[in-house]
Amino acid sequence: MVLDSKIPSGPIEQAWDSAKFNMKLVNPANKRKYSVIVVGSGLAGGSAAASLGELGYNVKCFCFQDSPRRAHSIAAQGGINAAKNYQNDGDSIYRLFYDTVKGGDFRAREGNVYRLAQNSVHIIDQCVAQGVPFAREYSGLLANRSFGGAQVSRTFYAKGQTGQQLLLGAYQALEAQIDAGRVKMYPRTEMLDLVVVDGKARGIVTRDLVTGKLESHAADAVILATGGYGNVYYLSTNAKGSNCTAIWRAHKRGALFGNPCFTQIHPTCIPVSGDYQSKLTLMSESLRNDGRIWVPKQVGDKRNPSAIPENERDYYLERRYPSFGNLVPRDVASRAAKAVCDEGRGVGETGLGVYLDFGASIQRLGKSTIEERYGNLFDMYARITGENPYETPMRIYPAIHYTMGGLWVDYELQSTIPGLFVAGEANFSDHGANRLGASALMQGLSDGYFILPYTIGNYLASTKPGAVTTDHPAFSQVTKEVADMQNRLLSIKGKRTVTSFHRELGKIIWDYCGMSRQGDSLKVAIQKVRALREEFWRDVNVPGSGDDLNQQLEVATRVADFFELGELMCIDALDRNESCGGHFREEYQTEEGEAMRNDEEYSYVAAWEYGGYNGQPKLYKEPLNFNYVHPSQRSYK
Amino acid sequence: MNLKLNVWRQKNRTDKGRMETYQANNVNPDMSFLEMLDVVNEDLIASGKDPIAFEHDCREGICGSCGFVVNGVAHGPEPETTMCQLHMRHFKDGDELFLEPWRAKAFPVIKDLIVDRSAFDRIIAAGGYVSANTGSAPDGNALQIPKENADRAMDAAACIGCGACVAACPNASAALFTGAKISHLGLLPQGQAERSRRALRMVAQFNEELFGSCTNIGECEAVCPKGISIEVIARMNRDYLAAALTDRGAKKSAGGEA
Ligand SMILES: Cc1cc2nc3c(=O)[nH]c(=O)nc-3n(C[C@H](O)[C@H](O)[C@H](O)COP(=O)(O)OP(=O)(O)OC[C@H]3O[C@@H](n4cnc5c(N)ncnc54)[C@H](O)[C@@H]3O)c2cc1C
Ligand code: FES
Repeated sequence: MVLDSKIPSGPIEQAWDSAKFNMKLVNPANKRKYSVIVVGSGLAGGSAAASLGELGYNVKCFCFQDSPRRAHSIAAQGGINAAKNYQNDGDSIYRLFYDTVKGGDFRAREGNVYRLAQNSVHIIDQCVAQGVPFAREYSGLLANRSFGGAQVSRTFYAKGQTGQQLLLGAYQALEAQIDAGRVKMYPRTEMLDLVVVDGKARGIVTRDLVTGKLESHAADAVILATGGYGNVYYLSTNAKGSNCTAIWRAHKRGALFGNPCFTQIHPTCIPVSGDYQSKLTLMSESLRNDGRIWVPKQVGDKRNPSAIPENERDYYLERRYPSFGNLVPRDVASRAAKAVCDEGRGVGETGLGVYLDFGASIQRLGKSTIEERYGNLFDMYARITGENPYETPMRIYPAIHYTMGGLWVDYELQSTIPGLFVAGEANFSDHGANRLGASALMQGLSDGYFILPYTIGNYLASTKPGAVTTDHPAFSQVTKEVADMQNRLLSIKGKRTVTSFHRELGKIIWDYCGMSRQGDSLKVAIQKVRALREEFWRDVNVPGSGDDLNQQLEVATRVADFFELGELMCIDALDRNESCGGHFREEYQTEEGEAMRNDEEYSYVAAWEYGGYNGQPKLYKEPLNFNYVHPSQRSYK
Repeated sequence: MNLKLNVWRQKNRTDKGRMETYQANNVNPDMSFLEMLDVVNEDLIASGKDPIAFEHDCREGICGSCGFVVNGVAHGPEPETTMCQLHMRHFKDGDELFLEPWRAKAFPVIKDLIVDRSAFDRIIAAGGYVSANTGSAPDGNALQIPKENADRAMDAAACIGCGACVAACPNASAALFTGAKISHLGLLPQGQAERSRRALRMVAQFNEELFGSCTNIGECEAVCPKGISIEVIARMNRDYLAAALTDRGAKKSAGGEA
């Protein structure tokens, strides 16, 4: 198989315009004859379903929550980037493009990233028109802030609830289309498999989460916008329901999986406090603008932070990275925190934590300024930990937050299965080996509002509408396979709960394929994951039956897929003998302990083909070419 | 700490349902309420019983999935806190707790503590949006919006659609929910063109969904995890009345469509 990225030739500035011009169009009168399935109602799926409905296609949209408004995009706090240059501080489409390619440590496609930066400006316009209440200046104009160490202020935000407001904008547009009869919504419905007929995606099989009924849905094209797979680690900042099932099942049906080991660890999360812990909560990284990060100089210093004098504190980021200090990128800050904790200098009961201290800022700016800037975050911290961060430093620790990997797609967001498109965090995306803050919301909306409406049309224009219906035997075959797997899970009735397996799997992946990785231990991890997976299929206890609301069955199905994906992540991490972005292989670092890329051999997207339950997946490489931004070593010293 | 839990168990929509009692032992004060229930559920599964079904997703207080009534109060005793953000340090050893689903005609129970809130989606579908098709927008800064209005719109837009307002209201009214969306959009210039139509259609849908009407009791505001003020209800009533009075024609056609 040759991976054709379909990046248009010619100058990058004109590539997307010329691609759009060359795309085939569907006659307006014919649009309603075509049906499109959109799985997911987050920023990517919600915006795609609404926009395709507006164009006149016949859309079916699915989500597992009780309402499309609850997709996990709702939880994004910080903001969304756009190259508007409203602040006159030197931003431009080119600069956003440049920063994103560099931030991704030169493992993303230039053509895609350039288009993303171009679309960013339209996203803000669209969202304002929908009534998204972005923060404003006293002039009434839109406000911006600098985010995640960017040198320009290009981040738009709505208090600490940017994701919520953007998602509600998309959700409302979607509801308007539902009211108009152009979109049919299926909430509390989980996609459990993809149906491929003669090599093309023709529909899905779903489970009604209330009645347990398995149903078939046929369409002329299928879009997966099902979010990220961070929950493979069990503890993550994702919602409890976030999962990989939709993309994993599509992978098993032939869609290649791109860069599975590229995951992002966020440096500022509330540390784990006990075995019962069910998820991790992110503290916006904007806190690093005014908070100083430190640990005691002495190993095992268990004194109260206020009892540790200045000269016995190690402000390790400021020490190691004098020019960026506390604002180094996420991957760098996370690894540095792990390093000091590994030395035994971590704080809190578990020793897995570092201080984020606002003492100096409160003294310099006054408590009221800090309250104004971060009040809601401080409240959230106090609510969860029971500590007052105005008085005692916050404790933070890195946690898994985002997955850059996902199904491989070409420039049109089409996977290796014709007719199957993938959008948002679910695709292998435009972020290379590391995503910059405030760029995921931008990508999800760019995919859904401004790319898929064109590329879906281009695909449909050469497809006969309704060529395959659910009467096709492929649907009953796939339904049977889904039912078989479900029955198998329900019939084991072993001794261990699903959660206990998930927790153990997550710990393996976190320990071996998390913040830092190492060749020999990745081999150990692969064996451990396989052994645990065997035990899961032998000894898991999924109570109840398949024909009513059964939350344990829902989770069990997802965990079964996480086992297989977790193994692929380790295989990919083992295969990539270099360090880049969030992928840090201990063997490949500079003398100062920084990530060392190997552009000669690894400047490619790793796209894996499913190799069977116990088989070896097959690697395909899509070479990456850099014609505009020349690969250099990132330096934040 | 050890707690006694009385939990509403109902197999499905048609089952009559009943309270059942469970013991939650060795509860850690740093657990969230839902984590406490997770542990209870693990024990139930181990002893071959059906775990308690409750809705949850983000566990950060923003998705609006979680929610049930604890000792008669929607989302429990802490102000402006969802169930997923309520921590066990607010309870003490020996407490006896009663957990029940939202009770409202418009929110039928699906299982245990899970209810059907799809009526909320239908209220939004009736008019809770600005019709701005993708691609048709002018530059974001073409429109200046006074900061104060933008901030007030944001306060109303903070609604997470959890349904606590309905559960707390003796009339089971959805006025706070509906008013919040009408206020969010009505406070912004983008929302003006459809303001009358929005009020008429959303209120019509609200009535159709078996929610009770608002008699200004204010319980909704007291339990709202996002602190949304009942001012939004006054705004809804104003928009509705103005629309109904000045635009009878619109009312007719909207009523006809609804
Ligand atoms: C706590 C947090 C804070 C963040 N903050 C920021 C930020 O400030 N800025 C930024 O740019 N990014 C941020 N991110 C990242 C960003 O929010 C996500 O990457 C993005 O919102 C993902 O959107 P999505 O549409 O791809 O997926 P989601 O919003 O996760 O939506 C997934 C959808 O798919 C559905 N689904 C999944 N599986 C199935 C299935 N099998 N069947 C049916 N439906 C299914 C779900 O129901 C849901 O509707 C943050 C992420 C987190 C976790
Ligand atoms: S689980 Fe999302 S608000 Fe509680």
